[in-house]
Amino acid sequence: MQWETVIGLEVHAQLTTQSKIFSGASIAFGAEPNTQACQVDIALPGVLPVLNKGAVERGIRFGLAIGAKLNRINSFDRKNYFYPDLPKGYQISQFALPIVEGGELTVQVVEGGKTVEKTIRITRAHLEEDAGKSLHEDFHGMTGIDLNRAGTPLLEIVSEPDMRSAKEAVAYAKALHTLVTWIGICDGNMQEGSFRVDANVSVRPLGQKEFGTRREIKNLNSFRFMEQAINYEIRWQIEQIEDGHTIQQATVLFDPDSGETRMMRTKEDAHDYRYFPDPDLLPVKLDEDWIEQVRAGLPELPQQKQARYQGEWNLSAYDAATLTGSRALADYFEAVVAGLAKPDAKPDAKLAANWVMGDLSATLNKANLDIPASRISAAQLAGLLARIQDGTLSGKLAKQVFEAMWAGEGEADAIIEAKGLKQVSDSGEIEKIIDEVMAANAKSVEEFRAGKEKAFNALVGQVMKASKGKANPQQVNDLLRQKLNG
Amino acid sequence: MSLSAEDVERIAKLARIRVDANEVVAYQTQLNGIFGLIEAMQAADTADIEPMSHAQDLFQRLRADVVTEPDRRAAFQAIAPQTENGLYLVPKVIE
Repeated sequence: MQWETVIGLEVHAQLTTQSKIFSGASIAFGAEPNTQACQVDIALPGVLPVLNKGAVERGIRFGLAIGAKLNRINSFDRKNYFYPDLPKGYQISQFALPIVEGGELTVQVVEGGKTVEKTIRITRAHLEEDAGKSLHEDFHGMTGIDLNRAGTPLLEIVSEPDMRSAKEAVAYAKALHTLVTWIGICDGNMQEGSFRVDANVSVRPLGQKEFGTRREIKNLNSFRFMEQAINYEIRWQIEQIEDGHTIQQATVLFDPDSGETRMMRTKEDAHDYRYFPDPDLLPVKLDEDWIEQVRAGLPELPQQKQARYQGEWNLSAYDAATLTGSRALADYFEAVVAGLAKPDAKPDAKLAANWVMGDLSATLNKANLDIPASRISAAQLAGLLARIQDGTLSGKLAKQVFEAMWAGEGEADAIIEAKGLKQVSDSGEIEKIIDEVMAANAKSVEEFRAGKEKAFNALVGQVMKASKGKANPQQVNDLLRQKLNG
Repeated sequence: MSLSAEDVERIAKLARIRVDANEVVAYQTQLNGIFGLIEAMQAADTADIEPMSHAQDLFQRLRADVVTEPDRRAAFQAIAPQTENGLYLVPKVIE
C-alpha cells in the first residue's frame, strides 16, 4: 500500500526582549539559578502581571511578515496544570483571541533533484510565557527548580497540517527560523532552546481524505534530529498499521542516542487545561498607528529579496533562495554586487552569487565560521571579482588570490602584484609558448591532425603548464586551434 | 447539564484538592446549583452582543521593555522550605 504522511508543526520562538513578558526581570541566558526570577515569576501571593510592550511589538512584526491577520483586540487566558516549574499553577497564554491568525510561508523543497516551491499555511501565532526548568539529577531524592526561564516571552507559531514529508517539515522549520531571526524577534539559538519544534505526525493511505491518528513529537531542538525523528515516526506508524495495530493518540519524545521516539503520555492522561480568560489582564488593543509604525520598521523580507534577485539580476530561484538563507548572507552578497556596480551596465550578480555560494561558503564551512566572521570582506571579494571581469585573472588564478586573501595577505591587486599572478592575454606571448609546445609535442600534433580531438586537450594542458597557469585559457584555445588547423 | 460524582472527583484531582466521599456529595450539589444558574443565564439572547473578555471596558496598559527587577534570590529563598545551590527543592517529579 502507498502511504501519505501528514505533518503540522508547533514552534516556540523565544522573543528577543530585555525583560520578561509579565515582569521586569531579565531574560539573559546563562545566569545563576533563580537570580532572574522576581516575585511575579515565582508567583508570590498578591503580585500582578504587567504586559511587556516589546513582546507585543514582536508579535505584530511576525504577523506583518507572514501576511497574517492581526487581531486588533487580543487577550490572555490561563492554561491550568500542575508542575513545580510552573509556580502559579497556570501558564498565561492566548487561547481564544491570539495576536496573529492566518498567514503563510513559501518554502523551497528539493525533490528528485528539482527545487519545488510549496506554500505552508500558518494557523495562528500567540504570545505566552515560558515555564522554569526542572533539574532531575539527584538532590537527595528531590528535584531542583530554576525559575530564571519562567516568564520568558514566547511566540508559539502553529502551522496547518500542510507538510507531506520530513524534508518539507524541515524546509518549513528552516524558513521560519530564517524569518524570525531576519526580522529580529528571536535569536534562533536552538542549543539554548530559543527555537523549539513540536511535530504532529500521522500517516494515511494515499488518496484517503481523512487524516490518520497523530502522535506529537515534543521538543526537537535541531533540524537534523527533527528529520530523523519524523522519519523514524513515519516508519513506525506504517509498520504498526501494516501489522494490524491502530495508532493511539500520544505524545512522544525523540532519543537522539537510539534514533527512536518513545511514549511520554497517551491520550487518556492527556492534559485537561481548563482554559479561561485571565482576570489579571485586560484585553490588548493594537492601534493602527502602532501597526503602521512597526510595518515601516520591517526590513526587506527573504521572499521579497528572492523576487528581486530573480527579476533584477536574473538569478535562478535556487540561487536566490540560497543567498537569502540568512540576513547576514544576503547583506554580504548585496555588498559584493554593489562593489561590482558599473555606471553603464548591470552588475554581474551571477559571478558574485557563484563565488559567495561556492568558494566563500566552502571555505567558511571548512573553517566552521559564519558569514559575519568571514576573513574576506564583501569589498575585498568584489575587488577580486573585478579582476576576473577585466581579464586580469583566470578562474584558476582567482582561486589562488582568494586563498591568499583568506590567509590575510591583503587586497586582490596587491596579491596579484606580489605573486605575479597576472593572466597573460598578450597574443604574441601566448603564440610563442604555443609554438614551443607544438615543437616539443610533435606526436600530439600529428594525432590531432589525424582526427584525435583528445590530443587537443593534452596540448592545451601543456601550454597552460608552460605559462605556469597564467595564459588566458580562452585565448590559448582559439590560438592553438588556429595554428593546428592552419 | 449536571455533574456526576465521578466528574466531581476528576475536577478535584485536576485541582489537586483532596475530597472525601461525603464532600463529593456536598460539592456535587453545590456545583450543580452553579450550573443551574449558568443554564438560566444562557437563556438570555446574546446574538447581537459582542463577547466580553474582561469585566472592565478598558484595555491593557503596556510596560516598556526594560529590566527593573534586581536579584532578590536570598530574600525569596529565606522563606522557601528547602534550597540547594540556588535551586528550590521540591519532591521528585518525573512524568
